[in-house]
Amino acid sequence: MGPFLRVAWLVMRKDLTVEFRSREILATTLFFALSAVLVFAVALVKEGRTVVDAAAGILWVAIAFAGTLALGRTFERERYTDTLQALLLAPADRPAIYVGKLLGIILMIGATEVVIVPLVAFLFQAPLFDHTLRLIGIIILGTVGFAAVGTLFAAMLVRARSRDTLLPVLLYPITIPVIIAGVRGTSALLSDPADLAMAGFWTSLLAFFDAVFLVLALWTFEPLMTES
Amino acid sequence: MQRVFVPAAALCALMFAVAPFLVVGAPYESTMGLVQKIFYYHAPAGMTMFLAAFVSGIASGVYLFRGSRTGDRIAAAAAELVVLFGAIVLVTGPLWGRKAWGVWWQWDARLTSSLLLWMMFVAYLLVRRYGGPGSEKLSAAVALFGMANVPFVYVSVNFWRTLHPKTSVVSTLQPGMRGPFWFCVGAFVLLFVVLLISRVRLAQQLADLDALYLQAGDRASA
Repeated sequence: MGPFLRVAWLVMRKDLTVEFRSREILATTLFFALSAVLVFAVALVKEGRTVVDAAAGILWVAIAFAGTLALGRTFERERYTDTLQALLLAPADRPAIYVGKLLGIILMIGATEVVIVPLVAFLFQAPLFDHTLRLIGIIILGTVGFAAVGTLFAAMLVRARSRDTLLPVLLYPITIPVIIAGVRGTSALLSDPADLAMAGFWTSLLAFFDAVFLVLALWTFEPLMTES
Repeated sequence: MQRVFVPAAALCALMFAVAPFLVVGAPYESTMGLVQKIFYYHAPAGMTMFLAAFVSGIASGVYLFRGSRTGDRIAAAAAELVVLFGAIVLVTGPLWGRKAWGVWWQWDARLTSSLLLWMMFVAYLLVRRYGGPGSEKLSAAVALFGMANVPFVYVSVNFWRTLHPKTSVVSTLQPGMRGPFWFCVGAFVLLFVVLLISRVRLAQQLADLDALYLQAGDRASA
């Protein structure tokens, strides 16, 4: 394993170990996502039946909200103990630190999704598992895109004032293509019969978004995290 | 810069004084009639907004990678102008839409992407205003990511709402409309340049003033 991957691996393992000991983020985001789903159910279920396409929308809004919470908490932990500073002082590639944080966050959001996706399918009678592999593809690509932008901004916001409100303010307008592609791609899979061509289009748009924003984040992480 | 500023500002004022007469003189559009006149201000403001967004994004990149203070000032000034011209677009758009389509707002590709671009630069200003020390870099990232996001927003919104009039309006303008339209585009772009120059100069002078204060403080304590 090269030094880059080793640093990324160590940073990710550290985050997951800290999380595994308290299970704070996982427990709170999961319950938060569940509450969000309930709020949407109240708004979007009429006379016992769901509005068309609601399941896809609810799923992605829950992911986006829970993801924001996980991002905020992960970096709040670093800020509280001043460990991000220490991490940045380490003789390691800055982009490797970014990748490590990103992997940890993707896995944490992923763990929430493992519960939320079946739950949405169950609560809204959505045939989410008719095209399981395609759905997993859309969800993974969407999560990576959301987390790639989110990790960079959450890391920068550690030093800023009113960081809790600024994170969603910055994150949602920039990740809106991810949300649109995720919702439309998922609802294309849910329609009867499933519109596989449309789902494919949205999946490739997500892949493009991920590629562009990962490169941009890796490229700007170093100058952005350097204090001047 | 200062030498071109006064003539440019005068020319800009003159163009905005002349523009209404040209707009009145232009031929009426066959289906929309008088309402279509708003187009002469709406579309140029939209074009200027996108121009300002690109200026802000590129200047932010220069600031991030070269550490250029001027880059940061240009980026911040251009971001304010995105919000200003965006506000013009977002006010004139619904006014026109109400008469032409019968509704104030449609979730159409161009409307939605303009709104999102505007929101990204409002976020830029919010970060700068409330982010505390070090927020210049954070806001530079917002501008850079916002600029990179424009094509994604456009493609995704376009496919989400495929049902809308194409963007070929400008190239299919009647000959009589073309002149006033491009005149207005020129006026808006010039207004952008004039405001940008004066805003960057103001930021420059504020920084100089701060530096002088610090110097004076050092001397007083020495």
